[in-house]
Amino acid sequence: MTSTQKKSTFTILLVGIVLGILLWGGFNWTLELTNTEQFCISCHEMRDTPYQELQETIHFTNRTGVRATCPDCHVPREWIYKIIRKIKATNELYHHFIAKDVDTPEKFEAHRLELAKHVWKTMKETDSRECRNCHDFNSMDFDRQETRAADRHDEAIDKGYTCIDCHKGISHHLPEGYDPGADAPGGDDDEGDDAE
Amino acid sequence: MKKPFTAAIVATSLLFAMGTMATAAEKLASLRGTHDIEGSSLKVSKKKLISQEGGFERSYKKQPPLIPHKIEKYRITLKNNGCLKCHSKKNHKKEKAPMVGESHFLTRDGKKLDHVSTRRWFCNQCHAPQLNAKPLVENEFVGLK
Ligand code: HEC
Ligand code: HEC
Ligand code: HEC
Ligand code: HEC
Ligand code: HEC
Ligand code: HEC
Repeated sequence: MTSTQKKSTFTILLVGIVLGILLWGGFNWTLELTNTEQFCISCHEMRDTPYQELQETIHFTNRTGVRATCPDCHVPREWIYKIIRKIKATNELYHHFIAKDVDTPEKFEAHRLELAKHVWKTMKETDSRECRNCHDFNSMDFDRQETRAADRHDEAIDKGYTCIDCHKGISHHLPEGYDPGADAPGGDDDEGDDAE
Repeated sequence: MKKPFTAAIVATSLLFAMGTMATAAEKLASLRGTHDIEGSSLKVSKKKLISQEGGFERSYKKQPPLIPHKIEKYRITLKNNGCLKCHSKKNHKKEKAPMVGESHFLTRDGKKLDHVSTRRWFCNQCHAPQLNAKPLVENEFVGLK
C-alpha cells in the first residue's frame, strides 16, 4: 500500500466509526426518548383513556411514592425484547395515522376488549415479566398481606399461576364483554380455568 | 342617578343580615363543637378500612352482611362488576370467598336467574365496609342473637 492508500483506508475507517457511534447513539437515544410516559401520552388515544384511568390507581400515587409509568408495564426492559416491542409498536403508528379506528374514546371502548386481550396474551406468555421487574413473590412478606392475598399467592407459587391470571384491570378499567366473575385460575374444580 | 343609591341600600342590608347570621351561629353548639366557622376545618384523623377475618357478626337475620375487607380497588360499572371476581357462583370456591346470597339471583317476581339479578348489581347499595372510628354519639344498640 502506498501512503495515500493507507491514509484513505484510515479515513474511511474513521468516518465509519464516527458514523457508527452517531447512528448507534441516535438509535439508543430514540429508544430512550420513545420510552417515556410523555411520549406515550403524546397520542390522544393513549392520553384520553388509559392515562386518565391509570391516575385513579395505586400505580400512580401510593404511600411509597414509586410510580409505574406506561413503559414500565408495557415495554420490556431487556434490550432484545424491547426492540421487538418497538417494531410491533409501528402497528400503533398505522392505527393512529391511517386507520384511525380508536381515535375517539367511544371507538376506543369498542376496541378495548380486543386490545386488552393482546396485552393479556403477551403477559401470560412472558409470565408477567414486566410486573416482576418491580414485584417478586420472594420479596413479599405474606404475614403483612391480607389472608385473602397471602392464601392466593401461596397457591400461585405452588401451581405456577402468573400475576395477570388474577390481577386484570389493575391499571385501566375492564373492557365491556369481559366478566371477572367467570375468570379465576385454580381451585378444586378446574372448570372455568382461564375463561377469557 | 338612582342606581348607585339602590346598590348602597342593598349592600348595607346584606351586611346587616350577615351580621345577624354570625351572632346566631355563635350561639349554636353542634357536633362541630365551638370551633369557629370562619377558621379552617379541624384536621380529620385518617382512618383505614378494617379487614376483619371471618367477617362481622350480623345484627339480625336478613341483614346484608358488612364487608370485612378493603374495596377501593373494585369497580362496579354497567359493563362489569369487580366484586363478582370473588363472589360469583363460578369463582367463589377458588377465591375462598362466600357466594352472594341465593336471594341475589331472584328477579322482582321471584324468578331464579343463573346470573346476579340487576336488583343486586350495585353491591355497595346494601353492603358497606367499616372504618375503625369512634361513634360520634353514644349508641346502645344490641343486635338480635
Ligand atoms: C402514534 C400514537 C401512539 C403512541 C405515541 C403510542 N401509542 Fe399505544 N396505541 C396507539 C393506537 C392507535 C393503538 C391501537 C392499535 C390498534 O388498534 O391495534 C395503541 C395501542 C396500544 C396498546 C394495546 C396493545 C395491543 O397489542 O393491541 C398498548 C398496550 C399501548 N398502545 C401502549 C403504548 C405505550 C406503552 C406507549 C409509549 C411507549 C404508546 N402506546 C405510544 C397509539 C399510540
Ligand atoms: C414500576 C414498578 C411497578 C410495576 C412495573 C408494577 N407495579 Fe404493581 N405496584 C408498584 C408499587 C410501587 C405499588 C404500591 C405499593 C404500595 O405503596 O403499597 C404497587 C401495587 C400493586 C398492587 C396492590 C394494589 C393495591 O391496591 O393494594 C398490585 C395488585 C400490583 N401492584 C400488581 C401489579 C401487576 C399485576 C403488574 C404488572 C401488570 C404491576 N403491578 C407492575 C410498582 C409496580
Ligand atoms: C391466584 C391468584 C393470584 C395470583 C396468581 C397473584 N395474585 Fe396478587 N393478589 C391476589 C388476591 C386475591 C389479592 C388480594 C385481593 C386483591 O388485591 O384484590 C392479591 C393482592 C396482591 C397485592 C396487594 C397485597 C396487599 O397486601 O395489599 C399485590 C402487591 C399483589 N397481589 C401482587 C401480585 C403479583 C406481583 C403477582 C405475580 C407475581 C400476583 N400478585 C399474583 C391473587 C393473586
Ligand atoms: C401497572 C401496570 C400498567 C401501567 C403502569 C400501564 N398499563 Fe396499560 N395495561 C396494563 C394491563 C395489565 C393491561 C391489560 C388490560 C387490563 O388488565 O386492564 C393494559 C392494557 C392497556 C391497553 C389496552 C386497552 C385496555 O384498556 O385494556 C392500552 C392501550 C394501555 N394499556 C396503554 C397504557 C398507557 C398509555 C399507559 C400509561 C399512561 C399504561 N397503559 C400504563 C398494565 C399497565
Ligand atoms: C379478591 C377477592 C374479593 C373481592 C374482589 C371482593 N371480595 Fe368480598 N370477600 C372476599 C373474601 C375472601 C371474604 C371472606 C372474608 C372472611 O370471612 O375472612 C369476603 C367477604 C365479603 C362479605 C361478608 C360476607 C359475610 O357473610 O360476612 C361481603 C358482604 C363482601 N365480601 C362484599 C364484597 C363486595 C361488595 C365487593 C366489591 C366491592 C367484594 N366483596 C369484593 C373476597 C373478595
Ligand atoms: C338490595 C340489597 C343488596 C344488594 C344490592 C346486594 N346484596 Fe348481598 N346481601 C343482601 C342481603 C339482605 C344479604 C343477607 C341475606 C341473603 O343471604 O340473601 C346478603 C348477603 C350477601 C353475602 C353473604 C351470603 C352468605 O351466604 O353468607 C354476600 C357475600 C353478598 N351478599 C355479596 C354481595 C355482592 C358481591 C353484591 C353485588 C354483586 C351484593 N351482595 C348485592 C343484600 C344485598
